Amino acid sequence: MKPLRIYAVAYLIFLYAPIALLPLFAFNDGTIIAFPLQGFTTKWFAELSGNKALLSAVGNSLFIAAMTAIFATLLGICAARAGAMADFPGKRGIIGFVMLPLVLPEIIVATSLLIIMRQVLGLDLSNWTVIAAHVLICMPFSIAILNGAFQNLDPALEEAALDLGENRWSAFRLVILPLVMPGIISSLLISFTISLDEFIIAFFLTGTNPTMPVYIWGLLRFPGQLPVVMALGTILVTLSILLLALAEYFRRRGLARAGVTDSGGFL
Amino acid sequence: MSTLISLSQVEKYYGDYHALRGIDLEIRSGEFFSLLGPSGCGKTTLLRTIAGFEGVSGGAIRIDGKDMAGVPPNLRPTNMVFQSYAIFPHLSVAENVAFGLRRSGLSKTDKARAVTEALEMVGLGGFGKRAAHALSGGQRQRVALARALILKPKVLLLDEPLSALDKKMREQMQVELIKLQRQVGITFILVTHDQEEALVMSDRIAVMFDGEIGQMADPETLYRRPASRRVAEFIGQMNFLQARIVDDAGASLMLEVAGLGRTRVEASQATADARTGACVVGLRPETLGILFEGEAPRLGQEVIDAVVDEVVYYGDMTYYHVHIPGVAEPLKLSMKNITGRPVLDIGTSTRVAWDPRALVLLGG
Amino acid sequence: MYALAFLAVPIIAVILFSFWTQDFMTLDRTFTLDNYREIAEKPIYTVLLQRSIYVSACVTLVTVILAYPIAYFVSFHVEPGRKSLWLFLITIPFWTSYLIRVFLWKVVLGYNGVVNSGLLGLGLIDEPLSFILYNVNAVIITLAHAFAPFAILPIFVALEKIDRSLLEASQDLGETRFTTFLRVTLPLSMPGLVAAVLIVFIPTIGDYVTPELMGGAGGKLIANMIQVQFRELNNAPLGAALALMAMVSVTAISLVFIFLNRRWLRRQG
Repeated sequence: MKPLRIYAVAYLIFLYAPIALLPLFAFNDGTIIAFPLQGFTTKWFAELSGNKALLSAVGNSLFIAAMTAIFATLLGICAARAGAMADFPGKRGIIGFVMLPLVLPEIIVATSLLIIMRQVLGLDLSNWTVIAAHVLICMPFSIAILNGAFQNLDPALEEAALDLGENRWSAFRLVILPLVMPGIISSLLISFTISLDEFIIAFFLTGTNPTMPVYIWGLLRFPGQLPVVMALGTILVTLSILLLALAEYFRRRGLARAGVTDSGGFL
Repeated sequence: MSTLISLSQVEKYYGDYHALRGIDLEIRSGEFFSLLGPSGCGKTTLLRTIAGFEGVSGGAIRIDGKDMAGVPPNLRPTNMVFQSYAIFPHLSVAENVAFGLRRSGLSKTDKARAVTEALEMVGLGGFGKRAAHALSGGQRQRVALARALILKPKVLLLDEPLSALDKKMREQMQVELIKLQRQVGITFILVTHDQEEALVMSDRIAVMFDGEIGQMADPETLYRRPASRRVAEFIGQMNFLQARIVDDAGASLMLEVAGLGRTRVEASQATADARTGACVVGLRPETLGILFEGEAPRLGQEVIDAVVDEVVYYGDMTYYHVHIPGVAEPLKLSMKNITGRPVLDIGTSTRVAWDPRALVLLGG
Repeated sequence: MYALAFLAVPIIAVILFSFWTQDFMTLDRTFTLDNYREIAEKPIYTVLLQRSIYVSACVTLVTVILAYPIAYFVSFHVEPGRKSLWLFLITIPFWTSYLIRVFLWKVVLGYNGVVNSGLLGLGLIDEPLSFILYNVNAVIITLAHAFAPFAILPIFVALEKIDRSLLEASQDLGETRFTTFLRVTLPLSMPGLVAAVLIVFIPTIGDYVTPELMGGAGGKLIANMIQVQFRELNNAPLGAALALMAMVSVTAISLVFIFLNRRWLRRQG
């Protein structure tokens, strides 16, 4: 099956080509993003570190992403635990409902939330409104990951701990928690990454402090700033890949601990 | 021996499903007791109600005289070996075994000594530092045993502990479990669907069907005097023949058995519901025997003519299906392959000896 | 458990709200259909909606057709131990900043972008190709790239579930490799294919960034209009009505698609 393999490699190149350009232009000594390249420079990175507005947007984004990761994962743990326990009426419906943001067009989530927050609840837009919205869109991912972690657990493990003298809480702490910890970490990392990257919802829901993607969006309109965007993008992509590799590592360790062989990736 | 566990009228419902129907049971101290039955008969549910993982919908469970209603599993004097073994995969072998000692108040050195002793007892001396997920099936099961026995429970509950092992390993563990039980003197309650395993290991067996106990007896009684056709079918092989009681003399009965003719049996060979009119007799394959050239029936045996229908050669044994006049179903019988004894061909006419004392009279 | 209830509330609110929009279309919150009337009467909205659906359909078609061979390759021709590595490689680009990825396509396809300057440099063309920037084509290429993993993963999962002995049985019964694919593999992977189609089709309708950056004047889609109504014209009710319209169309098309697919499958069986 040689042709298929060639096709697969070509496809991967198609997937990666745009990203490969990123560092190329980030280190390119020219203000116009076009070939031919002008020469090597690190000045765009230097310019990045001097940009106060950008740094505050980054700080904002990191805060939002961290809060989103924590809340989405906490809620995900509860949902996955409820999902792993016995059936209750309407369970499928509720799970389906929670998974809905995964397939809802983002612009619709964004507009609906904007209306609810502004006109129904009467809230002012702030970091917290963005966090609430991001938790909503991260939930499906966090639940999917944690569901995997919880469902791979042999229910007899918890019973064994009870049988050996532990109560429900200590059994959870001593047996369940260590075993699902890799899933929790990988859920935290994934939620963090999603929130950090998310643009449309943040665009609609940010108050006076823009998040990083919103700030980048602003920059994209000024051609002179583009190399800086490229530099920032390089850092972001490197960070994302690192976080993802870490998440994947923890997910696999979780599977190995639960004694299951790997059968797929995220989702 | 004194009664350790007593169940009276235990009921269990899952919604509309009636999983346990009025179970009465007394298990003695130091006994090796088995719950045997096909899947879905309620045996595991019964074990889990004793362990405290399932509440009961009615009736009472007493362990050592104390009512267990509302007592959670961690406070019951029972420990369990799970079907999946439930070895904690994030802990080492020694940490697994020591798991239940966390609240014991023992010093570190005492705990370590107890763990070493427990591991040696199950034949895993020196395995303490191993990672749990690197163990084989047989070793996991030994860790599960050590982990439960280290707490010196009054009762050890075993939920199909050998079903995940291959045949050789299973037979080896059966013997080891019996020895271990004698050594520690703890009451064992074993759940199994394997009738052979129950017969080999138990002091007494309760056979369960559809949430009820079909018969409770020692292995020999269960095998030789099954209380119903269902029990007889579940345990070992049995030939069934239509029969009629022609005369009831109290201590003995005169039967008319299809294909075998008239014969007299002891009243003790009949179950309670098989004392009138039409009934069924059961006959184990090994109580029938082909009479080879020059062999005579033993004292008390009777002889009928038969034709070999099917031959299944097993190495140490040969199983025959033989056809006898007047009976549609062939009779199954088994012969030891001793030196000089031939294996008969299909279609051979032969004579079959049978013993009226081996008949079991079952209700129609 | 309680968390589930807590979670469901905002989502229920979202759904409910899409029904409520009618109730406070105007700021005095009286019931009115004026916005819907406006959408129906002014051709710009219908054009945008139609174009959105057309673009989404194209993206879905391109993405799924490109994705199927990849999923097939990873599932059938990659050794089991390396499958997750391949999947990981496929999913990584998806997790990198979406904004920047879209922007990079602008760099690739632009007037003096990688493709044009490369072709010019090689002397293959005399002036920059214009059909790949600031129009619907550019939007389609970019979105097909962005949604690739979404299409590959469901198809891969469906292919993985196929019992390999079924394929051997089919060949044993006289089918060639190709007819086996048509008669066994393809129908059995249909659930994954349907999932892939829906997962690509639905979100692309709502995509805002790509048409804004890549679409130029003629490539704007419904999402851009929704955004304009909300942020720039401050006409949230009209925007909400548009969002609702978009969602209803997507749902309707998806349902029709699922229905047709079921019928097709039943006729096959």
